[in-house]
Amino acid sequence: MAAGVNKLPWWAESILLPVLNLLAAFLVSGLVIWSLGEDPFMALSLLIEGAFGFEEAISYTFYYSTNFIFTGLAVSMAFHAGHFNIGGEGQAMLGGLGLTLAVFLFGDFSPLLSVFMAIIASAAFGALWAFIPAYLQAKRGSHIVITTIMFNFIASALLAYLLVGPMQRPGGQMPESADFPEGSSLMGIHDVLSVVGIPFEEGPMNLSLLIALVCAVGVWFLLWRTRFGFELRTVGQNPNAARFAGVSVPRMTIYALMLSGGLAGMMGLNELMGEQHRLMGNFTLGYGFVGIAVAFMGRNHPVGIVLAAVLFGALYQGGAELAFEMPNITRDLIVMIQGLVILFAGAMEHMFRKPVTKIFERFSAGSAA
Amino acid sequence: MTKALAIETRDLSKRFGEVRANDRISMQIASGSVHGIVGENGAGKSTLLKMLFGLYTPDDGEILVDGESIKFADPAAAMAKGVGMVHQHFMLVEPFTVLENIILGAEGSRNLDEAKDAARVVLLELEKKFGFNLPLDEPVENLAVGVRQRAEILKALYKGAETLILDEPTAVLTPQECDQLFALVELLKGQGKTVLFVTHKLHEIMAVTDDVTVIRAGKVVATRKTTETSAEELAELMVGAKVVREVAREKHKEHKLRLALKSVSCTNDQKQTALKAISLEVYDGEVLGIAGVAGNGQTELLEVITGLRDVSAGSIEMSDVIVNAHGVSTDPISLRCMGMAHVAEDRLKTGVVESMSARDNIMLGYQREPDFSKHGILKLKDIAAKADEYFESQDVRPRNPSLPIGSFSGGNQQKIVIAREIARNPQLMVIGQPTRGVDIGAVTKIHDQITELRNAGKALLVVSADLDELLAISDRIAVMCEGEVIGVMPVEEADERTLGLMMAGQRLDQTANAGSV
Repeated sequence: MAAGVNKLPWWAESILLPVLNLLAAFLVSGLVIWSLGEDPFMALSLLIEGAFGFEEAISYTFYYSTNFIFTGLAVSMAFHAGHFNIGGEGQAMLGGLGLTLAVFLFGDFSPLLSVFMAIIASAAFGALWAFIPAYLQAKRGSHIVITTIMFNFIASALLAYLLVGPMQRPGGQMPESADFPEGSSLMGIHDVLSVVGIPFEEGPMNLSLLIALVCAVGVWFLLWRTRFGFELRTVGQNPNAARFAGVSVPRMTIYALMLSGGLAGMMGLNELMGEQHRLMGNFTLGYGFVGIAVAFMGRNHPVGIVLAAVLFGALYQGGAELAFEMPNITRDLIVMIQGLVILFAGAMEHMFRKPVTKIFERFSAGSAA
Repeated sequence: MTKALAIETRDLSKRFGEVRANDRISMQIASGSVHGIVGENGAGKSTLLKMLFGLYTPDDGEILVDGESIKFADPAAAMAKGVGMVHQHFMLVEPFTVLENIILGAEGSRNLDEAKDAARVVLLELEKKFGFNLPLDEPVENLAVGVRQRAEILKALYKGAETLILDEPTAVLTPQECDQLFALVELLKGQGKTVLFVTHKLHEIMAVTDDVTVIRAGKVVATRKTTETSAEELAELMVGAKVVREVAREKHKEHKLRLALKSVSCTNDQKQTALKAISLEVYDGEVLGIAGVAGNGQTELLEVITGLRDVSAGSIEMSDVIVNAHGVSTDPISLRCMGMAHVAEDRLKTGVVESMSARDNIMLGYQREPDFSKHGILKLKDIAAKADEYFESQDVRPRNPSLPIGSFSGGNQQKIVIAREIARNPQLMVIGQPTRGVDIGAVTKIHDQITELRNAGKALLVVSADLDELLAISDRIAVMCEGEVIGVMPVEEADERTLGLMMAGQRLDQTANAGSV
């Protein structure tokens, strides 16, 4: 009667299936590359070389990964409460706005204070931006998928307005703010390493990677080691049982979505305080959306999300190198490969589930006999 | 009258886990007759129908249609053999017109207009033959329920049904619509169709059927010619002979009023009235059983008592404190702190989180208690120890609390739930369907536990669809019908037949008369 409950061992569920999905994506990508007259194996080795082959590449890979850890965690936090937060993009934009305001407000007093306040502000603004759709979902039943998507557009328009209006760089023509005050930035990892005497080539990887990893541990602890997390997961898996257990489903929806928005908002720390040192109109570049694929591929578990984020970081960085090295492989093709990974890991996640389950059933039936 | 059989089943069986939903069902349905199937909720009627219509595959036994043994792979196969079904919940696409709904899946042409024109000719013919008058071009959403049902019947006829299965066809109809339906059933019979009429309402069986089969606990207990039986006999057959099961019961001594409902009314999720001015009292040291055909307000009754639904009028007092009234509501956690425990009637829907481990489930509802968490951090070791303790004391198998609770059998799930709810020594226990989907072995244990609690001076309110169960464990039984309490009687004065008639809505004085007839 308990059909569908945990038919697969955990390792098949969490490792085998994602790996199969990934292999399928690479297989199709390989066929496309081969049809373009390039050697797929060569392309793969160039991609890996481009992502991990030298220190600067590693720095870029983990720089991109940092974004995906934040947005992937954001999606999974909402998912555990039974909701799809498609608004990571907009929440990240608002997070970026929040931290920009914080650094300009506190930057002249003390760099340390301004960095600290920027971290708080990025999370707070992201959370507040998620609060509105969350409230509408919890109290009015407006579907959160729709409202969070719409809020992406509103966030984008808001940022565009501010960056060609009140917040535009004085005398500038671009939709971007003035440079952040001196010192209001997150140190590069290479700087940190050089302090302790390890030489590492300069790159964009910065301390927000550590913040992201701390967040990953925090999300794990919150979801599986606290009462709040237990109640949150109960709401996600069976709202009736949650009500039975005395948990307010609307309230928990709001909390979960705000946590989700806060995590997405912190993405700006990496992009803006780690690398750009100014607020730009479109700095999120779709990372909020890729977070959905990252969360899916990582099975909504922080460990999986970090691994999936590294994979996507490598695809971004290695892909760029590959496009540079192979004349027939354009940037668009790299986007296509990323799309295939998203397609197989996200949209067609369950493609291999049935056959794999069947094989396992046969195997266990055979061993039982 | 032809003696040919439209449908025959031989030793048809179906099990779900350890529950025998259908146990060697053999029945014969004469061609061109109206054959009734009666049984209580959970007796196995739906399972039987689903096998006849190809939705379930029988574990054992065979189905014969027109004397030919058939194995239906799916409903399409059943329809191809002339077996049509009108489900209790209609299978219609609301924004589509009647015509579109009828040809859905049997369009016969890629061009929708052609398909419609062709179908219209056939349908008008059918309508004339069976005296239908349906607005074929009206969207279904604009139609009354009775008309929708006719559309369903016409759909089945259009698809070539010779035998029509009507599953609880009157459940959603007004009395006038019921009369129209009965007339239609007569007409169908007159045109040589066979009708399988499934219901738990006895007067309908008496009104429309030629033969009737009574099902109880998955078995055929009797088949009668309708003219040779009576509603009283059927009621007795349906609920069965009283199982004499002596539960060691101490007479309760000094008793305190623990739970009082005073003229409580409430609405259901569809904003329809579900409870109408219900008054009930439960004292310490007694079990108050609530009987009734499912869907007569029992679910809402449990919900208003356990803090899951607000009352619209009246008040509920627990231990002399008003816990639910207009402007007053108490959440489930506070009620638990006051000493109320709740075993939810629908375990998988409400009582547990199926995908979570049994270990996680043992703290559901009690997660904020110091046993399980401190400063908001879960005490995993203590939780695991408690789970082991519950598993041991209740003899739950397999003895592995880290498995998802959904992978345990119904009986073992219920044991876990009951262990969770009695662990804090509650003063009032509210139990919905204590043994639904529970295997026989566990039933006895659960009943014994309920009696032990009663003997220990606790107050218990038990809602059950199983009359035998209520007769075995209750001190008093209240019968509900259409959101009202029809009557409350001490268990010594209750028997299945009286309760059965009360469940059908007859008040105590009327049932007394009926008894003397």
